[in-house]
Amino acid sequence: MDPLVTCLLLPFAAAIACLLCWRWPSAHHAITVAGMACFLAAAVRLFLAVDAGGVVAVNIGNWPAPFGITLVADLTAAIMVVVTAIIGLAVAVYSVADIDRGRLKFGYCIFLNLMLMGVTGAFLTGDIFNMFVWFEVMLISSFVLMTLGGERPQMEGAIKYVVLNLISSAFFLAACGILYGKTGTLNFADLAIRTKAMMQPELLTVTAMMFLVAFGLKAGIFPLFFWLPASYHTPPVAVSAIFAGLLTKVGVYALVRVFTLIFVGDTPFTHGLLLVLAGLTMLSGVLGAVAQYDFRRLLSFHIVSQIGYMILGLALFTQWALAGTVFYLFHHIIVKTNLFLVSGITRRMTGTFDLRAMGGLYSAAPWLALLFFIPAMSLGGIPPLSGFFAKFAVVKASLRGDTMFPAGAPALAAIALAVGLLTLFSMTKIWNEVFWKAGPADGPPMPRSEQWLRYAPVVVLAALTVCIGLAPSFFFDIALRAADQLLNPEAYIQAVMRRN
Amino acid sequence: MELILALTIGVLFAVAAYLLLRRSIVKMILGIVVMSQAVNLLILTAAGLTQGGVPFVAAPASVADAAPSGLGASAAGAKAAGLGDGAESRLGAAAADPLPQALILTAIVISFGVLAFTLAMSLRADQTVGTDDLDAMKGTDE
Repeated sequence: MDPLVTCLLLPFAAAIACLLCWRWPSAHHAITVAGMACFLAAAVRLFLAVDAGGVVAVNIGNWPAPFGITLVADLTAAIMVVVTAIIGLAVAVYSVADIDRGRLKFGYCIFLNLMLMGVTGAFLTGDIFNMFVWFEVMLISSFVLMTLGGERPQMEGAIKYVVLNLISSAFFLAACGILYGKTGTLNFADLAIRTKAMMQPELLTVTAMMFLVAFGLKAGIFPLFFWLPASYHTPPVAVSAIFAGLLTKVGVYALVRVFTLIFVGDTPFTHGLLLVLAGLTMLSGVLGAVAQYDFRRLLSFHIVSQIGYMILGLALFTQWALAGTVFYLFHHIIVKTNLFLVSGITRRMTGTFDLRAMGGLYSAAPWLALLFFIPAMSLGGIPPLSGFFAKFAVVKASLRGDTMFPAGAPALAAIALAVGLLTLFSMTKIWNEVFWKAGPADGPPMPRSEQWLRYAPVVVLAALTVCIGLAPSFFFDIALRAADQLLNPEAYIQAVMRRN
Repeated sequence: MELILALTIGVLFAVAAYLLLRRSIVKMILGIVVMSQAVNLLILTAAGLTQGGVPFVAAPASVADAAPSGLGASAAGAKAAGLGDGAESRLGAAAADPLPQALILTAIVISFGVLAFTLAMSLRADQTVGTDDLDAMKGTDE
């Protein structure tokens, strides 16, 4: 079957299989893990197809583009689907140990699979209204995952999460409508053609700003991110981990897609605004994190600040900068999910998320300390881990002379480096509080099976971080090619429209 | 016609913004509802309004004139290639564009489902927190 459609159908099939086994919740975990493994295989197959053959496109129902909906995978989309599958599998394995029976009985695995299907659909679609629909699939599944369990912090966080994301959906829909009214089409490739041919690209800037608000709310850029630290630390750790890894990155991907394909006519304004917002996002995220003592809330603020780096790459709009963004996306999803999973293990061992109440884990679990050290230092940008190369690419791109903003970009480089320093401060704060200082006695010991289930995903993700760091040129070459495809969308447009 | 609708959409957005900023959860949800209605009207207006132009495709005069399958003859901007004598199987120029109507239908259905979930969630929030006053739900903010 077509590699694109397979990627979409596998999580869906897993969700349906779980629904059919509603009365036997113990089967849900096995179905989900098996489904995620198959999904990973399909995602790798898709990536290899795109790597070898260029942009891959398929028309759904054989309706020719731009009338029908096209599924398109260029290198960026294929990379995102692969990393979705990787952390889908990691979180599915971790969930076996983490999710209690009550949540499982009410459909945790079903909505996990449906959410991953929505994320994959958002990455692979070639039609902007279809992207809205996949966003809604992903969003509603995430609403359920956030509120499943019904505890008070969950409900408080969920209210903010739900309302702000619904407002973002309303803006997205309005922007789609206005864009359709201006150009007469919804297909990304066709939009690229028509917006390039428009006489007055400045008229599109209003629509671009509406998309910026809509996707910015989802991605978590300044000043639209305040729902994120208020809600991401409330659900169970497996849910937090997959939200932190994936959902904001879908917003970043949508911003990249829209601001490299459609709204490229007025770049001094649009990308200049993105540049300013990137700097503010980096700063506000990390300054918010400095004051936190809840493990997950601290990590949530860091999500925001790292999003700033990715937006910086997008704003600079050169090949190196976009390659930095793609590489950053790949590295950060893995690292952030890993950190959240580690916070789950420390919670299991000490019974709390409060940094001040934890301690002594270095002597109690030295391997866990190492497994925290790797993603934490990667987040801070220490070589030879993946984060160093990601930050290096983005900072170097802002210092090169070929950006559109030769005056402003070096200031952003300075901000990026300062924020990196503050990120390192937060990570060492966690290290000191949780692992280094003497602490209270451990919580209940973990049985062997639970240890395996909790540690295996963390080990694999940490190993991935180390591998990326030790062989960065391999991954960065792919990122450079992906950036080239983003900057020169002729191949993308050809692959979609040629299908006629 | 567009002016009246544009003013209506503006008023609806204003009402929605006012409701979204209220302190009670129920009023905030009403704000979300009004906002989605405003957006639906916006989609309709932005794509251009016609009066009385029903988007039906006339039947082809004979079988030989029928458009080949696969080339969607129902799209308002159908390309001329492949359709020898276009008048039979194309939308009239004054017909309303059916695509925004399809978009609005999809959006209505999605927002209806989401509204059902949001109401259930706010009921549960009211049960756990004990009040529907949003100012009492700041526990996760600090």
